[in-house]
Amino acid sequence: MPSFVDPAKCDGCKGGEKTACMYICPSDLMVLNVENMKAYNQEPDQCWECYSCVKICPQGAIAVRAYSDIVPLGGVVQPMMSSDSIMWTIQFRNGNLQRFKFPIRTTPEGSIDPKNAAHKGKNLDDERLTDEEIDNFSLAKPIAIYGK
Amino acid sequence: MALPNKPAGELLATLDPAVVELDTDILIVGGGMAACGTAYEIKKWAPEGTKILLCDKAALERSGAVAQGLSAINTYLGENTPDDYVRMIRNDLMGIVREDLIFDCGRHVDRSVYLFEEWGLPIWKTLEDGKTVDGAQGAPILKIGTKPVRSGRWQIMINGESYKRIVAEAAKAALGSENIIERCFIVKLVLDKNEGNRIAGAVGFSVRENKVYVIRTNAMMVACGGAVNVFRPRSTGEGMGRCWYPVWNAGSTYTMCQEVGAEMTMMENRFVPARFKDGYGPVGAWFLLFKAKATNTLGENYMSTNAEMLKSYPPYGLAKVPASCLRNHLMLKEMREGRGPIYMDTPTALAALSANMTPKEVKHLLAEAWEDFLDMSVGQAGLWAGTNTEPEKVGSEIMPTEPYLLGSHSGCCGIWVAGPNEDWVPESYKVMYKGKNYKGMTTVNGLFTAGDGTGASGHKFSSGSHAEGRMVAKSMVRFIRDNGSFKPTLKETAKELADIVYKPVKTFMEHYQKSTSTDVNPNYIKPAGFQRRLMKITDEYGAGVATSYVTSKAMLDKAFHLLGMLREDSEKMAAGDLHELLRAWENYHRLGTVESHLRHILFREESRYPGFYYRSDFDLVDEKNWKCFVNSKFDPEKKEWSVFKKDYIQIIPD
Repeated sequence: MPSFVDPAKCDGCKGGEKTACMYICPSDLMVLNVENMKAYNQEPDQCWECYSCVKICPQGAIAVRAYSDIVPLGGVVQPMMSSDSIMWTIQFRNGNLQRFKFPIRTTPEGSIDPKNAAHKGKNLDDERLTDEEIDNFSLAKPIAIYGK
Repeated sequence: MALPNKPAGELLATLDPAVVELDTDILIVGGGMAACGTAYEIKKWAPEGTKILLCDKAALERSGAVAQGLSAINTYLGENTPDDYVRMIRNDLMGIVREDLIFDCGRHVDRSVYLFEEWGLPIWKTLEDGKTVDGAQGAPILKIGTKPVRSGRWQIMINGESYKRIVAEAAKAALGSENIIERCFIVKLVLDKNEGNRIAGAVGFSVRENKVYVIRTNAMMVACGGAVNVFRPRSTGEGMGRCWYPVWNAGSTYTMCQEVGAEMTMMENRFVPARFKDGYGPVGAWFLLFKAKATNTLGENYMSTNAEMLKSYPPYGLAKVPASCLRNHLMLKEMREGRGPIYMDTPTALAALSANMTPKEVKHLLAEAWEDFLDMSVGQAGLWAGTNTEPEKVGSEIMPTEPYLLGSHSGCCGIWVAGPNEDWVPESYKVMYKGKNYKGMTTVNGLFTAGDGTGASGHKFSSGSHAEGRMVAKSMVRFIRDNGSFKPTLKETAKELADIVYKPVKTFMEHYQKSTSTDVNPNYIKPAGFQRRLMKITDEYGAGVATSYVTSKAMLDKAFHLLGMLREDSEKMAAGDLHELLRAWENYHRLGTVESHLRHILFREESRYPGFYYRSDFDLVDEKNWKCFVNSKFDPEKKEWSVFKKDYIQIIPD
């Protein structure tokens, strides 16, 4: 189910420091053609339809056309991301429409405190992780051992 | 029109890549849940000044198996004991697992889930009056005892579209962006020149510019996922990428580690998930949360009508929840005997659930059903949209997929590693180096793995992989503290390593003008063609879908004959651009993983996982002779493989 780019909307992320879809694609599929300043999916049959490019595109220029060997034409599944939720629009082949909104995050983006990295664990030789050490969490041992 | 004999990609490869040499104390290869766990935890233990580097072939924000998101966390123990967690997995994986590793995961895993929630992951809750709310409605946190919404004994529901983004943000904040190289694909590990069986570094390249990285390190963790697109999938056109596990998991973890001599374990294991056909949407929530039944075309529940078959596989078939492979085994009987298609009866399940609901609650229920797909398998929603499938009106077909190789989900192939430092862990489950055992270390000194890399320890899923990555972080810091004087010296020079990495580019440059088409040229093979040949061999001879998962010694011998020539041809893979160079190395990694998988299946003269694969010449579960691990080891000096049995030791009583 490969992603595709609307050339009327794609501006090659001219204003940004990097092309968003090319930055994010986990399968290294989205590339920028610098002559035309348009992005495209360079290998549709290795697309996982993860929608990472669709979700990140600042122009809303990327959509997905369900893969030709499986899905009849006409369905549309399009997300719109905000900072705390995602809105999905599902259009069926027969024109029926459904819309769903789900939360994605309960804290502001970028709010995870890097200072927690400064916390230093104390006993490197036991099996506890740092937060377990802080909470004085006692690690479980098997209730019984086979044959003993 | 120009002849199609020019390199086609946007980022063309050149013959003289820049070579960047880096020195670090700890190298993390991979960027998924396990690697993010390591990145989050490691600086908390490492002394000031310790150099730590993470290389991810993609962008951390959306890399690994959770890139798309998830609708559930499949491992949260809560009120359960780690002992019961071991029992469940031992049964599901047909008796042969590393109980020490599973117990260890079980006793730590909830701590990672607490962190996810603290960082902002919305987790559904069950309130005191029994009502359930989604994760953004401000219910008290899990850590203080609030109940999650369980879709099964071990699974909890989340609003997980941004799961990986949240986990990656924490990893980046803790490790520091300056210590992370994205779009750097590590392709080969390098042993030490002076000390035998000791990791010393790794080599990789940038997928964005012509640059080779040669990295020297004291300790290293390789955790870059399982193997996908190693068997010919049911969809071979555009839909080839719509596999169940992420298509970018190319077996790199297994191949890179086994090539430097890491002992592999249970590489014969595979996972063949029964999922919604073609879209590969998850079925767990449908079975467990919505209580849907799967039926054959006569409307029969094949798990009931075929229940007798389960008795042939004691104790694994007799458990309350029979082993996953056996559930497939029963479904396959229906398909073979013409009682397919198998349908998930979604209308009946939704009607039953909504019987006493208000219209608003029914609407919410339908939204939950759609979210299950939209959070983690959008393609299934696309398939429903394109085929006018509304789950409250019509059922959807389910089917077993092509095989996948992995160690963190419901499979357990991988690498043999050291268990935790506890007195209840058998000595044979420890891996000693200079008198000490380092949890998570492979049999190559200084080389660690986690997540899909760890063998015989399935059912970690996202949360368990993260927790395991954190445990390995601590273990690696302990390792470099104890071995601080080690000075890694690579066996090969930086130039030699760069030449190996860029060989496909050299091959392309030498020959591409000898044909009017870049893709058809007798002097080389392109990665895409290589991948298709590999998948054809596995499908037809290695117990793929073509033979309904059946193989035999004769068929495996044929597979090895063909794979031998494919291995020779791997020397002639050609890449004209950086994306194709990535694909060349991924497919080289796929080949090594497939060879290991089939080598183990050949050695194990039984059918341990009916429903996942069958040896037609040994079509039984042979508890007397084969209730043991099958391990294998490549000798990097002699270039020879050995495959052998290793004792399984039961730790947790029945």
